[in-house]
Amino acid sequence: MIPGRFDYYRPSSAQEAVALLAKLGEDARPLAGGHSLIPVMKTRLAAPEHLIDLGGIADLRGVKVEGDTVVIGAMTTQHDLLTSKVIAEHLPIIPETSALIADPQIRYLGTLGGNVANGDPGNDMPALMMCLDATFTVLGAGGERTIKAREFYLGTYYTALETGEIVTSIRIKAMSKATGYAYEKLKRKVGDYATAAAAVVLSVSGGKCTSAAIGLTNVAETPLLAEDAAAALVGSSLDKVAIDKAVAAAEAITNPAHDARGTPQYRTKMAGVMLRRAIARAMTRAHG
Amino acid sequence: MNDMTPTREERAEKLQGMGCRRKRVEDIRFTQGKGQYVDDIKLPGMLFGDFVRSPYAHARIKHIDKSKALAMKGVIAVLTAEDLKPVKLDWMPTLAGDVQMVLADGKVLFQNQEVAFVIAEDRYIASDACELVEVEYEALEVLVDPFKALAPNAPELREDLRGKTEGAHGKRIHHNHIFNWQVGDKAATDAAISNGEVTIKEMISYHRTHPCPLETCQALASMDKIKGELTLWGTFQAPHVVRTVASLLSGIPEAKIHVIAPDIGGGFGNKVGVYPGYVCAIVGSIVLGKPVKWVEDRMENLTATSFARDYHMTTEISATKEGKVTGLKVHILADHGAFDACADPSKWPAGFANIVTGSYDFPVAHLEVDGVYTNKAPGGVAYRCSFRVTEAAYCIERAMDILAQKLGMDPADLRMKNFIQPQQFPYQSALGWEYDSGDYPTALKKGMETINYRALREEQKAKQEAFKRGETREIMGIGVSFFTEIVGAGPSRNCDILGVGMFDSAEIRVHPTGSIIARMGTKSQGQAHETTYAQIIATELGIEADKIMIEEGNTDTAPYGLGTYGSRSTPVAGAATAMAARKIRAKAQMIAAHLLEVSDYDVEWDIDRFRVKGLPEKFKTMTEIAWAAYNNVPEGMEPGLEAVNYYDPPNMTYPFGAYICVMDIDVDTGVAKTRRFYALDDCGTRINPMVIEGQVHGGCTEGFAIAMGQEIRYDEMGNCVTGSLMDFFLPTAVETPHWETDFTVTPSPHHPIGAKGVGESPNVGSVPAFSNAVNDAFAFLNAGHIQMPHDAWRTWEVAERLGLHD
Repeated sequence: MIPGRFDYYRPSSAQEAVALLAKLGEDARPLAGGHSLIPVMKTRLAAPEHLIDLGGIADLRGVKVEGDTVVIGAMTTQHDLLTSKVIAEHLPIIPETSALIADPQIRYLGTLGGNVANGDPGNDMPALMMCLDATFTVLGAGGERTIKAREFYLGTYYTALETGEIVTSIRIKAMSKATGYAYEKLKRKVGDYATAAAAVVLSVSGGKCTSAAIGLTNVAETPLLAEDAAAALVGSSLDKVAIDKAVAAAEAITNPAHDARGTPQYRTKMAGVMLRRAIARAMTRAHG
Repeated sequence: MNDMTPTREERAEKLQGMGCRRKRVEDIRFTQGKGQYVDDIKLPGMLFGDFVRSPYAHARIKHIDKSKALAMKGVIAVLTAEDLKPVKLDWMPTLAGDVQMVLADGKVLFQNQEVAFVIAEDRYIASDACELVEVEYEALEVLVDPFKALAPNAPELREDLRGKTEGAHGKRIHHNHIFNWQVGDKAATDAAISNGEVTIKEMISYHRTHPCPLETCQALASMDKIKGELTLWGTFQAPHVVRTVASLLSGIPEAKIHVIAPDIGGGFGNKVGVYPGYVCAIVGSIVLGKPVKWVEDRMENLTATSFARDYHMTTEISATKEGKVTGLKVHILADHGAFDACADPSKWPAGFANIVTGSYDFPVAHLEVDGVYTNKAPGGVAYRCSFRVTEAAYCIERAMDILAQKLGMDPADLRMKNFIQPQQFPYQSALGWEYDSGDYPTALKKGMETINYRALREEQKAKQEAFKRGETREIMGIGVSFFTEIVGAGPSRNCDILGVGMFDSAEIRVHPTGSIIARMGTKSQGQAHETTYAQIIATELGIEADKIMIEEGNTDTAPYGLGTYGSRSTPVAGAATAMAARKIRAKAQMIAAHLLEVSDYDVEWDIDRFRVKGLPEKFKTMTEIAWAAYNNVPEGMEPGLEAVNYYDPPNMTYPFGAYICVMDIDVDTGVAKTRRFYALDDCGTRINPMVIEGQVHGGCTEGFAIAMGQEIRYDEMGNCVTGSLMDFFLPTAVETPHWETDFTVTPSPHHPIGAKGVGESPNVGSVPAFSNAVNDAFAFLNAGHIQMPHDAWRTWEVAERLGLHD
C-alpha cells in the first residue's frame, strides 16, 4: 500500500496542465479528487511518474447557467453539487446521485470531472451523464473539442479522451420542471460501488410517456445507455406491460462481472429491479 | 461526626468501584489521537522491512535473484529462507504443535506467503526494492476445497511432513491430514441417534473470515549488541509469551529480552500468534545491530495473518416426538490452511469446540474433528471468541432451529424444553465440561417478554399470509439464539501455551500517599483494562479508582501472564487482582489494629477504612493506613504495602445469553433489514455496565458483519478475492443495526468477585441470531438450511431457487 516514486505538479491553469501533460507524455497522469487513482497507485496497479494535480485550477471549479444549459466545471466536487442551488433547481437528479456516492469526506474531494473521465463503470456519474445526454468539453495540447457522454465510454478505463487531454467542463441541458427523474442504487454499504444502479428521466403528457432516457451503472464493461428499454416506455402509459418490456430490454444488454457484490445473474436482475424502482419513483415526480 | 461527614453511600460512590458506569480513562488519549502505537515509535537509525510475497497459492520456487534489489540505493539487506537457515529460523514452531515457514523454503503454499524480506533505509525504498527481487516460480496444482483435501489424488502440500504418520495430536491418515480429535461416547451417541424418534442431519458451515482490527500487525526490534539485549515493541495480545518464544528461538536469555506491547488498536485474536514479520524484524536487527520496523498493510493483514473459522460441521440430533433431545453427534472438517497455526491451548487442537452441546441437557454426545491442510493462509484464530466456541455455538444454535422446524415446534419453546435447569449446576456436560452456574429459563423468558415474542410470531404469521396473497414482497424472520460460552482459560491442569500454564497475574503496590500502581499479565487492545481493573481494586481496597494506575504490556515491569484473548482477562487476571488486593487488605487490617491499639480481630472493614467493631467513629482510612505502612507498622512486620498474585483458576467460567433478532427481507433484492436486535447477557458480576454495553455493541457489530457477508473467499486458483476493504465487508455505522442490551446476573461461584467475562459473548451469540433470522424468514417456504454468509445476493438466490421471482 505504498506507491512508487512520482513527481508532483500543481499548475494554476488548464492550459498549463495540458502543456505539462504534452511535455511529460505517457508517464504523466492528471489528478482530480484522487479517490480512484491514488488507491491503484498504492497497490501499484498504476505507477505514473508524474502527477498533475488539477486542484489548483480555479477556473475548473463551479457551476453556471448559459441559456438553457448548465455548465459544470470538471473540478466541481460532489459536495459542491450537493449544495449548489443551480443544480438543485435545474438538474435535481445530480444531487440525488451524488448523495449515494461514498461518504461526506470523500465527497469533499471527489469531483464530477474525475468521476466521468476515469472510465470506471462502477462510478455513478457516467451512466447519469449518458442518461442526461451531457457533453464533455475537453482540452489538449491541440486545442479544445467536445465529446458527447454517450460516445465517450469505450471500455473499462478506456474512453474517447486522447493522451494528454483533460475534461474541463460538463454541459447539460437543464431539466424541465415537469420531468420525472430518479437514481436508484443498490449497494452493500456506504462507500461501496453499486451492485447495480439505474438512472431514469422521463416526461409524461396526457397520460402517455413522451420521452425517456435510462442509464445503468456497473453492470457492464462501460456505463450503459439503455435505449431499447427507454423506447419501450415512450408512447406507453407506463403500465406494467411497458415497464416489464423496458426491464427485459435493460437486462438484455448487461454483462456484469462476478465479484463480492454477487453473480452476473444477480447483478443483471438487480439492474432490472433498480430500473423498475427508478421508473416508479420518476413517474410520481413527472407532471403533465 | 457532623452534617458534612459523608454517608456510607457517598463514600462508596466516591470510589467509582465495581458496578459504576465509570468513563473509560484510556479514552482521554484515544479520542485526542494521543495513543502510542507501535508505528508511533521512531528510533534513531531505524530501518524498515517489507515482504516480497507469492502471487501463487501453490508453487515451487526455482530461483530467487536479489541482486537488483541489493544494488538499489538505500537497500541494506534482502533475507530469504537460505539466509535464515544458519540461525535455524527458516521455520518456526506454531502454537498448535506444527511448524511454519518464516520465509518460503523451496515452495509456497498460499497466496501472499512471505518469500523474501527486504530491509531498507525507509519504507518507500523497501517497497520499491520488493519489486526488484526476481522470483522464478513453477506453479503446482492448487487445493482450495477442504472437502477434497483427503482425496487419494489430492496434491501433497506439506512435503516437509512426508512420511510422518504422527502429528502433534496423534495419527495422520493422509498427506493433507493434520489431526483427528474425538470427545464423548461414540457408541452411546450412535445408538441414541439410530433410536431417535425424530432426527436431523445437516452440514452447517461457518465460513472463513478475518478479525480485521483497525491497526494491523506490526513490530519494531532493536538489538543492542553491546549489552546483548533485545527490545521488541509489537502488537502483542500476549507479550510475555512472545518474550518466552523469542528467547527459546534466539537463545538470548529471557531477562535480556524486553517485550513491550504499547497501545493496541484492536486484536480480536489477530495479534495472539507469532508472524514471520516479527521474526524477520528480530533477525534483521540482530544481524544489522540497528532497529528494524515491520508494519503490515491492510491487504497483507487480510490475506496473510490469521483467518478465523472455516469449520464445516456435519451435525446430527436425535429427539423424542415431544422434542426432548436425546443425542448430539458432530463431525467437523476444519480447514487450517497451509500450516496449523491455530491459537489454541496446546492440548486442544480444536479449541473448546466440545462446548457444542451448548445450553442443552444432552444425555450423550460425540464430537469428532479432522483438521486438513489447504492452499490458504494459516491461522484459525479465535476471532473475538474463546477457542472455537463461536463455531460450536453457531453449530448447536442452528441445529436446534432445524430440529424445531422438523418437530413443528417454536424454536424458543424447544430451547426452553431442553435447557440445563438452574438446579443442575454445577453441570457435567456430555462432552466433559463442568458448567459453573446459570439460569437459562429466566434469561430467555426475560428476553421473550421484553421483545414481545409471541406478538412478533403472530405478526410473522400474518405477513406470511400476506406474502402468499401477493400483497407484500417482504418476509419476516425471528432469530433466537441462546448461547453458553466457555471462557477464562484456564486451569493449568488442562490449559497451557507451549507448556506455560494459563494462569494470570496481578501485582499491586500502594504508595505512601495512598495512590496505587497495579500491573497485570494481560494486555488490553481496547477492552478498557485501565478503567475496570482499577474499579476492582477500588472496591477491594477502598481507594478511589482515579488514584489507581493500571499498567500492562511491559514484560520488564508486569508480572508474567498469558495475555488477553478468549475473554480471559476478567476471569483470570481480574481474579488475581482481587486476590492480590485481599492480601493487601489483610496486612492493612493488622496495621489499622496497631494504629487503633486494638487486636486484629476487633477491627472490621467498612468501604474505605477499618473501624473498631461497635465504635464506628474510631477508624483508620486506607489512605492513613498506606502512610503508616511506610513509617509505623507493628513490630516484626515488613514495611510497605504491596502484593502479587498468580491466579490459577479452578475452572472456566460459563457466560451465557439470550439474543433475539427481528429481520425483514426484501425477496426481490435479497436485502435484509434488521428491525430489532435484543441482546441479554449474563456475565456474572458486572464491573462496569457501560464498558459491558460497549463490548456488546462491538461484538454484535462484528457478528452482524460475519453473518451478513464478511468472508475471506478464494477462487479456484487460490487467489484471495476479498483482500481489501472494497470487497471484505466491514460495516459502517450506517449499516449497523441498533442494539438493545439487557442482562441478568448469575455470579460465578468459583471466581473471587463472581465475574465471568463478556468481551466475546456478543460475537458468539449474535451470529446464530442473525443466521437463524434469515433461515426463519424462509422456513415457511421449506427452504432447508441456508448457509452463511447471508449477503444480499446469496439470499436472493434462495428466493430465486424457491421460485419467488416467477
